[in-house]
Amino acid sequence: MSILHWTYITVGLTFSLYIYIAWRSRVATTKGFYVAGAGVPAIYNGMATAADWMSAASFISMAGLISFMGYSGSMYLMGWTGGYVLLALLLAPYLRKFGKYTVPDFVGDRYYSDTARVVALICAIFVSLTYVAGQMRGVGIVFSRFLEVPVNLGVVIGMCIVFIYAGLGGMKGITWTQVAQYCVLIVAYLIPAVAISMHITGQPIPQLGYGSTIAAGPDAGKHLLDVLDVLNKDLGFAEYTSAFGKGQKSMLDILCITFALMVGTAGLPHVIIRFYTVPNVKSARISAGYALFFIALLYTTAPAVAVFARYNMINTLSDKAYKDAPSWFQNWERTTLVAWLDKNGDGKITYAPGAPFVGTPKLTGKKGKFGESLLSNKPTANKNELYIDRDIMVLANPEIAKLPNWVVALVAAGGLAAALSTAAGLLLVVGSAISHDLYFRMINPQATEKNRLLISRIMIGVAICVAGYFGIHPPAFVAQVVAFAFGLAASSFFPIIIMGIFWKRATREGCILGMIVGMGFTAFYIIHVKFFGAPFWFAGISAEGIGTIGMLFNFIVMYIVSMLTAEPPKEVQEMVESIRYPRGAASPTDH
Amino acid sequence: MAKDLQAYWRTNITYVLILLGIWALVSYVFGILLVKPLNAFHLGGFPLGFWFANQGSEIVFVIMIFVYCSLMNSLDKEYDVQE
Repeated sequence: MSILHWTYITVGLTFSLYIYIAWRSRVATTKGFYVAGAGVPAIYNGMATAADWMSAASFISMAGLISFMGYSGSMYLMGWTGGYVLLALLLAPYLRKFGKYTVPDFVGDRYYSDTARVVALICAIFVSLTYVAGQMRGVGIVFSRFLEVPVNLGVVIGMCIVFIYAGLGGMKGITWTQVAQYCVLIVAYLIPAVAISMHITGQPIPQLGYGSTIAAGPDAGKHLLDVLDVLNKDLGFAEYTSAFGKGQKSMLDILCITFALMVGTAGLPHVIIRFYTVPNVKSARISAGYALFFIALLYTTAPAVAVFARYNMINTLSDKAYKDAPSWFQNWERTTLVAWLDKNGDGKITYAPGAPFVGTPKLTGKKGKFGESLLSNKPTANKNELYIDRDIMVLANPEIAKLPNWVVALVAAGGLAAALSTAAGLLLVVGSAISHDLYFRMINPQATEKNRLLISRIMIGVAICVAGYFGIHPPAFVAQVVAFAFGLAASSFFPIIIMGIFWKRATREGCILGMIVGMGFTAFYIIHVKFFGAPFWFAGISAEGIGTIGMLFNFIVMYIVSMLTAEPPKEVQEMVESIRYPRGAASPTDH
Repeated sequence: MAKDLQAYWRTNITYVLILLGIWALVSYVFGILLVKPLNAFHLGGFPLGFWFANQGSEIVFVIMIFVYCSLMNSLDKEYDVQE
């Protein structure tokens, strides 16, 4: 059977599974809808959190990104896992004991202020919507690459599927589909990784494989990383394992970005909200551990895939005649994820630093004299002739490792699972922020249960349409707004939740001003640098890392203002005291 | 009782601070600040600093959370605040 047939089968099967689970877990109460009835066992919450957290970008793009960055790519690995330590030690148990439905709920009650609630609400919606637009686009792209349907139709299909299980089952439906999606995506990621590790080093465990010796070929017996360092250096790139060299990020920048990603992760509302779904404080703690374990399975495999893919790419393509290039290269040329522009006309692929031509590849539809797909792009002055999209490192892996067609199809299903699970979690945050925090808590506290459920479902529908719109008409700055989501989560939610739990003296005024200063600074810097092309004027820190500085400003302002204003009311101080002790964590209530 | 609870909270904070110390040590110190000197040593085929940044810190993070959970579970029982 062809790849296309297999893909239809795996995608069809997995989608039917998701819809079946959604039907089995449909809910009729707001508690079921917002926090899955607070009855999710810790280990399943861990799996669901892992699927919630790992997006299309983690699945498809991360390994490729690291492959091009070498050591510097570690900041994503450390940053996106280290946040779970903060969640387990500093946030999850206390938020679970507090026992409400959403993040703005905590902020509004702890800081006895509807203003703080509204600021938190706007942050939560903004962070989640920027994030979800990228996921919808990811769904469309996977559809178009593997199922040969137009990107926009793919986005619409994805919207319908998410609406079925998020609208029907709320958090309960989302949780159990995410558990299934985690299983699909991790299997889809590990099979090709194990195969390619065996292929290159003879070691089946990829995590060990990339530190082993090469099994065959001219470099047999040498350590893979040493060989890759030399290959990189010979081609004019920085050595793969070296740090802070020319053209690489500085130490301060890597420190700041890693920290911003860690606290940003710990401050993301769709991750925090998952810890409300477990039965008690003990499960909240341990489910952060399970979540990180399940995430680390993929996150320790990704750097191995990165190394294998880069070694393989340089070895089979660099300085080889185009007609001898492996078949996957020609197969993927039509997707414009890889391209070759023979600048010097020698029929060989020259690989060197720098972009080979201006912009992304535009095929003319004609073939060149060596059989390559011709491009209409304007060549650049450097000698590089090879264009490689970072996504290819994961997508073409099964073909590089010569795996059967059904594995290729499984990777497609895995990519879809990663994108859909993250999108659903984010959409629930948007839906519950509007229906619970805004409508029920502030506009109509007398609303009936039935009424509130209906509003929640409508709001999820609206949020899906907005996300779908941005998926079909992606704003030009989609890549830039990811920095926004993390920067804002780091500079707004993280400090106020930490202070709210660990410092009884933190006041309403301190919280509001801290959020405004932290977020204002971070937003201003990112906009200034990303959209107005300013240089990195704050100690050379890039937009991705500035959330660290914004977070520090938030902490400082909050401390000073809190000390200058009247201390919080007695009942708030008592509440802070009570969330410190696990006993008596009732199931979440709405008032 | 109130005094007991204060001791419970202080012990919790001590655990958290020690674990966050390890958290910062493996990632920020070993993985970033000292990556160059550590790369002179090797762990199998991995330069040591590179390994901490690429894999080591993630593995330590996972272990740390489980350690914290078991410490807190026994602390909860000791002070009789468990659920």
